[in-house]
Formats: sequence, C-alpha cells, structure tokens
Amino acid sequence: MTQKDPKLLIQPGPQLRQQMTTPVVMRDVWYALTPATLAGVWFFGLGALLVLLTCIAGAVLTEWYFAPEEKRGYFLGDGTAILTGWLLGLTLPPALPLWMAFIGGVVAVGIGKTMWGGMGANIFNPALVGRAFLLATFPIAMTTWTAPGDFFTIPSSVFALPLMQGVVDTVTQASPLGLMKFEHIDTPFFDLLFGNTSGSLGETSGLLLILGGGYLWWRRDLDWRIPIGILGTAMIFSLILFIVDADKYPGPIFTTFSGGMLLGALFMATDPVTSPLTKKGTWIFAIGIGILVVLIRVFGGFPEGMMYAILLMNAATPLIDLYTQPRVFGRELDSK
Amino acid sequence: MAKEQHAYEEFMKGLWRENPVFVQVLGLCPLLAVTNSAINGLAMGLASFFVLLGSSILVSLLKSYIPKQVRISCFIIIIATFVTVVDYSLAAAMPVIHKELGAFIPLIVCNCLILGRMEAFASRNTLRMSIADAFGMGAGFLFALVALGGVREILGVGELFGISLFGPNFEPWVIMILPPGGFITLGVMLLYFNWVEEKKNKLDKQLAAEAGVN
Repeated sequence: MTQKDPKLLIQPGPQLRQQMTTPVVMRDVWYALTPATLAGVWFFGLGALLVLLTCIAGAVLTEWYFAPEEKRGYFLGDGTAILTGWLLGLTLPPALPLWMAFIGGVVAVGIGKTMWGGMGANIFNPALVGRAFLLATFPIAMTTWTAPGDFFTIPSSVFALPLMQGVVDTVTQASPLGLMKFEHIDTPFFDLLFGNTSGSLGETSGLLLILGGGYLWWRRDLDWRIPIGILGTAMIFSLILFIVDADKYPGPIFTTFSGGMLLGALFMATDPVTSPLTKKGTWIFAIGIGILVVLIRVFGGFPEGMMYAILLMNAATPLIDLYTQPRVFGRELDSK
Repeated sequence: MAKEQHAYEEFMKGLWRENPVFVQVLGLCPLLAVTNSAINGLAMGLASFFVLLGSSILVSLLKSYIPKQVRISCFIIIIATFVTVVDYSLAAAMPVIHKELGAFIPLIVCNCLILGRMEAFASRNTLRMSIADAFGMGAGFLFALVALGGVREILGVGELFGISLFGPNFEPWVIMILPPGGFITLGVMLLYFNWVEEKKNKLDKQLAAEAGVN
C-alpha cells in the first residue's frame, strides 16, 4: 500500500477510478453558487440567509425522511438535497415567510425528486418544481420583492407564524422585470450586473453568476451548449423585437441580465438529469428555452418566464432524446 | 347469525378494505372536480350514496328479469332514474349547492363506481347483500369526498364547512382549491393509505411467522 512507484499493481479492479462522481460535481456547484449567494445575502440582509437556510433544511429533512433507513448517509452524502434546497432558496423573494420556504424545500425534494424514484429519475428540475408550487400556492408572497437594504434588518414577514400571512415592513419595490413589463422603466445596466436591484435572493448579480458558471465550465461540470444556446437565442429573439419596436420591448442586454435568466441558464437548465443527452438534443432544448422565456416575458401574463420555460422543456426532454438518438453503427438511418 | 356477520363484512369492505377511492381508485372525475370544499364533497357524496343504494336495490330485485345482452343499458336506465330524482330534489332543496356542483350531478350516471357495483355485485347477489354493499361503497365514497374536500378547504381557504379556523390573517394556499390541489391531495392520501396497508401486511406476516415458529 505504501509502495511509492508501483511497477506492478496487484489488486482487484477497477484500477482506474473516475474522478467525477456525483458528490464531487455537487460540491463544485456549491462553490460556483457561493459568490452569487454571498452577494444576495449582502444585498438583502440576514433575513435572506434565513430563508435560504430554511429551504435547505426543508429539502434535507425530506430527503432524510424518505430515504431507506440503512442508506440515509449515502442519500444525504451526495449533496443533491442541499443543492436542491439551495437553488430553490436562490429563486425565492428575500422576505418570504420562513414556513413557506420550508414547504418549498419539502415539495421540491418530496414531489420534485423522491416521488419519481430519487436522484436521476426525476423529469423536472426539483428546485423549480418547489418554486412552481410556491408560486401557484402563495402568489402574493412570492411576488413581493423588497429593495436591497440594511444588512441587519430582518423583515418581520420572515418570522410570520405558520399558515399566517407575512406583513412586509421593509421597502417593497417592483423587480426590474416587473418595472419593465408594467411601467416600461429600464434599470441601469450596472445595477443588473452587480445585483443592487430587487428580485429573488440569488438572481440579481449577473456578474457573479457568470463567474460561477465559468468555474463550472472550467471544471467540465456544465455543458456549455445549454447556457450559450439559451442566452444566444434569447438575445437574438429580443434583439429582433427591439429593432421592431424599441419603445415597447426590452433590449437584449436587459433580457440577459434581468430576472432569473442567468441563474436559470447556468444552474437550472444545465441539470444533467433533466436535460437531453445528445448534442443535437441539447441545442434543441436550449433554443426552446430561449424562445419560451422571451415569449412568456414579452407576451405572457407573468413578468418572469424562466421557470416555466425550463419546466416545459424538461417535459419535452424524453421526447427530444428519443428523436435525436444517433444512428447505431452499421444500421440504416431509419431503423430504430 | 352467520349471515349477519357476512352482511357486516360486505359493509366494512366498501368503507375501508376496498374503499372505492383510496383502494380501487374509481369515480375520480366527480371526486377531483367537486371537492374544493367539504360541503360540496358532502353533497356529492350523499347524492352518489342515494343513487348507489337505490339502483342497487332495484338491480338486485330485477336481476333475473334483465337479459344478459342488454344488462348495461338496463343498469344505466335505472341509475339515470335515480340521478334525475337527485338532480331535481337538490335543485329544489339546495339550489346554491346544486349550482356549484353543476354538471357533475347528471354525470353521476356515468360514474364508473356505481355502474361497476351494479355489474360486479348487485346483479349477482341477494337484495340483502346488495344493500350492505351499497351502504359500504356509498359510505366509503362519501368518506373519501368529505376527507378530500375537508383538507382542500382547510388549506385552500382556512375554513371547514364554512367556519373560519385560523382567523383573518390566514394565508390561503391558492393551489389547493384549484384542480392541481385535488390531484396533489389525492396523491398524498393514496400514498398514506398504501403505506398503512403495507405496514399492516408486514405486521400480519410477522405475526404469522411468529405463530409458525411457536
């Protein structure tokens, strides 16, 4: 075992171990999310941190509860439950009552993942399932955005009693997307870039999200086709709309840096479980999301469309995989 | 006495062991559509109960006169008769609830639970057994409807049978009174029932094994 230079290795296989295991990838994603998360907590204060931690607690407890007793360590050790809770927390308003955040975490892991058969078997991105449930269940609380404020001030709505409404006592402010959609007010580019705007906890700082995505790409944990495809399509689509009527439609830069666009494109859509396997399929998936986001944002009823765009394309993923299977070597093109 | 026991068995079978909703998963259309409040669930459950009981009695009495080839249409006509009775009685007695339930009262005609009981039970058993079966199945369906409606009403508007439970600050779970809430609640309930069933089976097996050892 302590042999320095093994000329002859005598041990049962496997001799070569893959370095990229699920826990390693999950930890990479944690590191990649850290800067944007810290920025979110810095801008929105300690309340945001509490919301985030509650989401993670809800997700982890659910995973623990539904895991087989003898395998609990294994189920929790790969870090997917923590990541699901974390990603969900990043998409929530910073002043959300904690009990709602907890329910979000429970639904994300329970209905989003465990119900389908656990890690790797789910069709939809678990974090987005949690968010979709919360948005459908508590539409008012989920769209009450607070302005970035003092670090130590925790909005009292965070501590609302379970089942009770939260009273937001800090400054509320429409998110840049809402301002654009309903009042046609543009938000300065640098605020969008650094994150000093209202919005979900982790989606405001474009720069740090790109940094995290870049780290993941460098570590090869992320298929670059998905973010490039989504952002490229959304930019081209919104550029066309912008040229048609610059007063009515937001420009491509605003489209890219506002709302959950970057968070979704870099961290949610790239989930290897819920995105297609083939290269061709990946492009179809990414372009589909890009088009859907702009369609929902510009012509739909909601200011933000990233969540529904990703969930819709998640649903299409098995079909995309089926139709983009490469030809099996030695067989005719049309035979299955 | 033995016969008495048997009828009781038939009743309990419908209420619990072969509950039409939680075990057989029948009659889901009215179940999911009208259970956004406990009172609607109760009304729908009672209506179905009455139709099931009435047609069970009639089918059981007429079973030797109904030709085998046209039995389904005969059952449907019998069921439709009772549904019409329920429809008009509800419209006269409780117009508000009748309006809320809307098309789902006439649709009791094609509730697969009721037709299924006619075909599988009432047309093959004595009047006495058929009544016991109809009571059990009807009560089981009623129980499921009220349970589902109750949960959805409590979470969806914070009330039960129209009585506020949590005060004015309650945050309603909007999804619960929408169709997805029905599916989610039913799913959770099915999960729970299957879990209880599995636990019971495990316990039975364990007891049997222990008895075998001894």
